[in-house]
Amino acid sequence: MTAIKTIDYKNDKEFHEKLIEEVLSAYPEKTAKKRAKHLGVTSDGTSDCGVKSNIKSIPGVMSIRGCAYAGAKGVVWGPVKDMVHISHGPVGCGHYSWSQRRNYYVGNTGVDSFGTMQFTSDFQEKDIVFGGDKKLKAMIDEIEVLFPLNRGISVMSECPIGLIGDDIEAVSKEKAAQIGKPVVPVRCEGFRGVSQSLGHHIANDAVRDWIFDKRPVEFEGSPYDVVLIGDYNIGGDAWSSRRLLEEMGLRVIAQWTGDSTLAELERAPKAKLNLIHCYRSMNYISRHMEEKYGTPWYEFNLFGPSRIEMSLRAIAEFFDDKIKEGAERVIEKYKPMADAVVARYKPRLEGKKVMLYVGGLRPRHMVNAYEDLGMQIVGAGYEFAHRDDYQRTMDYVKEGTLIYDDVTAYELEHFIERIRPDLVGSGIKEKYGTQKMGVPFRQLHSWDYSGPYHGYDGFAVFARDMDMAINAPAYKMFKAPWTETVAPDTLAAE
Amino acid sequence: MGKIRQIAFYGKGGIGKSTTSQNTLVALAEMGQKVLIVGCDPKADSTRLILNSKAQLSVLQMAADKGSVEDLDPDEVIRVGFNGIRCVESGGPEPGVGCAGRGVITAINFLEENGAYDDMDYISYDVLGDVVCGGFAMPIRENKAQEIYIVMSGEMMALYACNNISKGILKYATTGSVRLGGLICNSRMTDREIDLSEAMAKKLGTKLIHFVPRDNVVQHAELRRQTVIQYQPDHPQADEYRTLAKKIHENSGKGVVPTPVGMDELEDMLMDFGIIKSDEQMIAELEAKEALAKRVALDAAAEAKKSVAA
Repeated sequence: MTAIKTIDYKNDKEFHEKLIEEVLSAYPEKTAKKRAKHLGVTSDGTSDCGVKSNIKSIPGVMSIRGCAYAGAKGVVWGPVKDMVHISHGPVGCGHYSWSQRRNYYVGNTGVDSFGTMQFTSDFQEKDIVFGGDKKLKAMIDEIEVLFPLNRGISVMSECPIGLIGDDIEAVSKEKAAQIGKPVVPVRCEGFRGVSQSLGHHIANDAVRDWIFDKRPVEFEGSPYDVVLIGDYNIGGDAWSSRRLLEEMGLRVIAQWTGDSTLAELERAPKAKLNLIHCYRSMNYISRHMEEKYGTPWYEFNLFGPSRIEMSLRAIAEFFDDKIKEGAERVIEKYKPMADAVVARYKPRLEGKKVMLYVGGLRPRHMVNAYEDLGMQIVGAGYEFAHRDDYQRTMDYVKEGTLIYDDVTAYELEHFIERIRPDLVGSGIKEKYGTQKMGVPFRQLHSWDYSGPYHGYDGFAVFARDMDMAINAPAYKMFKAPWTETVAPDTLAAE
Repeated sequence: MGKIRQIAFYGKGGIGKSTTSQNTLVALAEMGQKVLIVGCDPKADSTRLILNSKAQLSVLQMAADKGSVEDLDPDEVIRVGFNGIRCVESGGPEPGVGCAGRGVITAINFLEENGAYDDMDYISYDVLGDVVCGGFAMPIRENKAQEIYIVMSGEMMALYACNNISKGILKYATTGSVRLGGLICNSRMTDREIDLSEAMAKKLGTKLIHFVPRDNVVQHAELRRQTVIQYQPDHPQADEYRTLAKKIHENSGKGVVPTPVGMDELEDMLMDFGIIKSDEQMIAELEAKEALAKRVALDAAAEAKKSVAA
């Protein structure tokens, strides 16, 4: 992906460098030395943002990260709707990861779909001491009786499974043979790795090792088959994306994994092109498919009209003229709508400054969408990105942008307080603290229970939501009336 | 009732921990002490010589059968054996599954919380092999055993284990009250065994509390699932255990914080005693052996040639 021209602006490099000094000065020497590597200010012409990433968080600083189990169960496997995903271990991990993400799906919950349901083996002391394999077997039998329309089962390991060394692979093999459906063990114990990122990788590997080429796939291919990868259908995002791809003449043979089925996982290797939305969580399996099946992949971006146009054209380049014409037709069709959205909201949002702190993708992918509305990105950071993500970020951010990797609660608060942006986009844990500082906020994990934000129709919702947050009348009342400085002559006139 | 005294027996697997501890505890009971044995080994075989039976039902097995440990009453798991000694086994999973260490923790907490230790003079923990994880260190953690007795012999691996266990004790001695009570040598009739045991004790800053000579009567009693004191109370070996019991009883509060040594120092000591050889020595011996084998092969070939020619 390359940079595109939206609006021209530069951020205050010196000020941002000063802010970094300020936060570091609050730390003990050792901590300051470590954190300094994760904070930076971008300079044009460099290959990455100049920050280290994917490193263990420092104890005691309140990292915003999750764990490997969250990455594997909550992100990658959880949305596969016609499978039952077992949270294997004590009840807490299962309970607190229940319906955490807004992965929309179509189906009859409890009958043929299980997306919003929660299954756990609810480990007791005796399962730890004597091993949980017997309970897992019994549980799979019960699932088969209670939910016979499930297409398969995944076993998501919580920490204790790794500690006591339960052989979930052996149980999975045995039960898969018995029930005639895939049973997929996923070794995503939470203590593994530094963040949820390793969980994504482990989950990808489980697809490779336990799903691909395991059963014959009945499938009639077409020259226009693509897979939509790494779109978890938050608030219907994948549907908005899929619509555009289909309108330009492509056939989406699988969605990974928002609103997806086991069959879609199985037939993905038949695609002509893999389209990756969330690069961080699914590049592993895309690279595997490239190596093993020769399927090329492309990281596309459907946030905001500038990126949509660029992405649709780039995708069409992989195909013939029919698709290329299709891309132009789609762009032409939706242009008036996109223009109308910009015409309506840009005057209300132009020049507004935004700070982003999200997971592994949105801090870069959303930049141009904000810029399409005349807004400026002053700071961006990821919870669990790797170096290649920060390299890709350079295609998006402007000179002098403040970059904060695995930001601590203290740092983020300090940056917000000092920059006082017009909007912060991050998660639920950051939301209320920011709003109490008098700074408008939108959740960019869950879309604050709104969405979709992908595609053209998503852009309209996005623009409306940002306007709603920034121009909310409540912020005009943020200052207490008695702290207002009132000109003496006004008083006298009353 | 005096203060409960909690002791534990550790040592390399197969060294005779259970045998030594049961024989000694029977002698303690003979002295009028009220003793509870807590077996901390998934094999659940720490109490068979007292109960004159095969392995007894364990806390964890019964808890699993009933649902959870909360559903259990201590009376259901404690059995009374020879000389009124009370016996309980923690139990644990079959080899290769689950977490035996967690089982030990669960069982000990259960016994303590449910009054199994009330009115006892002695609680004795019999722990498997080595301190492999936190669970098996449970008896040496704070407010559990005050003194640890390491059962050892003049064999190399027993001495390694002895040093390792001392490391575990040292770790918890700095945060709690556990001390090393001393070493008990369960003789394997190796060369200079007493000297070596005493040297080891000196290294660890403790003493060889007793040297238990080897005698077949121990095995004969064990075959009948009995201690020597029960099987042949007048045998001299029974007196050895009585002496040991007396020594342990008088050793109350005299434990030390051990001073385990590094691998190099331990190996130097073993070399001094001729238990292990230096690398140079071993290589020289190996070369001599290889040279011999080569010569034998050559001779055989020459012999074969000769016979073919004939």
